[in-house]
Amino acid sequence: MRRFLVLLFCLAAAPAAAAQDTTGFREGVRLGVEYQPGVRPGLIVLPGPGLDSLRAIVRRDLDYSDRFEMITVSVAPEGTSGSSAGDGGLSYGIYKTMGAEMAVELSEASGGVSVRLHDLNLSRVRNQQVVPLPAPAEAGYRMEAHRLADEITRWASGTVGAAATRFLFVADGRIYRIDSDGADVTPLTPAGGTALSPVWSPDGQRFAYTRLESGRGAVVVHSFATGAKQTAPGSQTALNITPAFAPDGRTLAFAHSSESGTDIFTSNVAENCCAQRLTVGRYADNLSPTFSPDGRRIAFVSTRAGPPQIYAMAADGTDQELLAPFDYGATGSSNAPEWSPDGARVVFHREVSRSPQLFLVEVAGQRVRQLSSAGRNEDPTWAPDGRHVAFISDRSGRRQIWIVDIETGRVRQLQTPNAARLPSWSRRLAR
Amino acid sequence: MRASSLILLTAAVFAAACGGSPPPEEPAPEPTPAPAPPPPEPSQRDDSAERERLERERMEREAAERARAVTADLATMINFEYDQATIREADQGTLDRKASILAANPEVRLRVSGHADERGSDEYNLALGNRRAAAAKRYLESKGVESSRIEVVSYGEERALNPGTDESAFAQNRRDEFEVTAGGDNLAAPQ
Repeated sequence: MRRFLVLLFCLAAAPAAAAQDTTGFREGVRLGVEYQPGVRPGLIVLPGPGLDSLRAIVRRDLDYSDRFEMITVSVAPEGTSGSSAGDGGLSYGIYKTMGAEMAVELSEASGGVSVRLHDLNLSRVRNQQVVPLPAPAEAGYRMEAHRLADEITRWASGTVGAAATRFLFVADGRIYRIDSDGADVTPLTPAGGTALSPVWSPDGQRFAYTRLESGRGAVVVHSFATGAKQTAPGSQTALNITPAFAPDGRTLAFAHSSESGTDIFTSNVAENCCAQRLTVGRYADNLSPTFSPDGRRIAFVSTRAGPPQIYAMAADGTDQELLAPFDYGATGSSNAPEWSPDGARVVFHREVSRSPQLFLVEVAGQRVRQLSSAGRNEDPTWAPDGRHVAFISDRSGRRQIWIVDIETGRVRQLQTPNAARLPSWSRRLAR
Repeated sequence: MRASSLILLTAAVFAAACGGSPPPEEPAPEPTPAPAPPPPEPSQRDDSAERERLERERMEREAAERARAVTADLATMINFEYDQATIREADQGTLDRKASILAANPEVRLRVSGHADERGSDEYNLALGNRRAAAAKRYLESKGVESSRIEVVSYGEERALNPGTDESAFAQNRRDEFEVTAGGDNLAAPQ
């Protein structure tokens, strides 16, 4: 029989992380991270005439990137511009005394918006660009503003931000889409149905989900642009759940439930063919597939050893192995794995005292780390930046989407109108 | 809940029909001897014809009651332990009774739907519900019921019977429901 490893949870060096919890809820997600306060550079979005809405969006996106200490000023201090200003047209000294190391300047320019990132220590403009931007009332304005913020994040931190993204989630049996900052909640499936498990295609042009009808369900692939719906090959009969796109966007993996149990299949949605069975459960369940970013491996849930736990296999179903070690008879059920964008980790939830909590397992070395401990925290999904994870928590009284920065432990809530579940975070959305 | 109200209803029908007390034969209100029938019936009708009609009605009524009881037995739910899909000993009798009814009524087809409480993972609960429904089907097959007569579906945690969040609500929600999808009229009671 398989030998199971006893695992040691490294439970949170909480104080530093808790100190970063700036969203003001009572019991935060506690993270075991080595965050040193002061490491994040101070950044200020300069006040100025006009562009209020843009400044607000950019400022919030930079804040949500969790890479900067945001410094706030409502009115430009005296002597910060004009003839007394420094090289970049700014009086750098005043902002430096506020703790800022970088300043973002946004101003109206012909053809769009002029963006400048000032390095206050070196007293120079680090980056500048004029970017086209639709008027605030126009469709696509907010997403362009988010793209601009993501680019500023890249200038200032070296890594592009994750603001130009959206979520899919389930509420009241419908699938909704919402922007990363909580704007623009849009229902995508009709009321009165039971839709579950939405997931983005890698290009953000489509999503797949389970449409549950009379205890059965097909996996449906829905195109945003055309509204066209395609039933995934191999999912036409019985109950088909937990779809996941391969990175190529052509292959879809899902779990097919029948009388002999639940097993993982793949099929080709581009050519509408070629359903292939990857697991043979023999009355055990295999479900919730998630591809590694190189498309070569699939992590999944299996009940082959009793309660559900996290396993991995090659994308053709061979080489199946336990991925997240567990203590047989003691460790709770583990579910809802999602492979990180950098390929190094898989996030999932595991029952601790009958409440789901977020966990990470390192793919190399299989070290398991617990990320949360208060309330229910479940169904995690990665941001494309590989450091933020969205999940469902009931800490505010009902199930809502929350986002944690796993580097700092900072948490924020995404306001959704209804009780939300089963979120899926998109990749960066192209124009 | 649905099943128990059905049982209650069945019991009430029985109680009303049988009067609940000694004479199991005929309820009091119908005057059997009919010495002098009221105005509309002037002709001296044969007593035995009237008795036959009443007897026939009584038998029809009883047959309907038996059919209702059989239908209720077919619909009786079974329950499961947390995160388990094993048929409990306590529920084997319930399933045995269904197997006998299915044997006596070869036209009947059943849909078994598996359900889970809300505690586990939403998606895993669909697989768990499927396993619970499949377990009941396998048990019935082991009692001689043809596979093709039983269909298996799962609702996971999407259709809670009891919206509560305590253990007794959860226990009610971990269940298989049984629905007759064909041949459900005039069910015969098993011998």
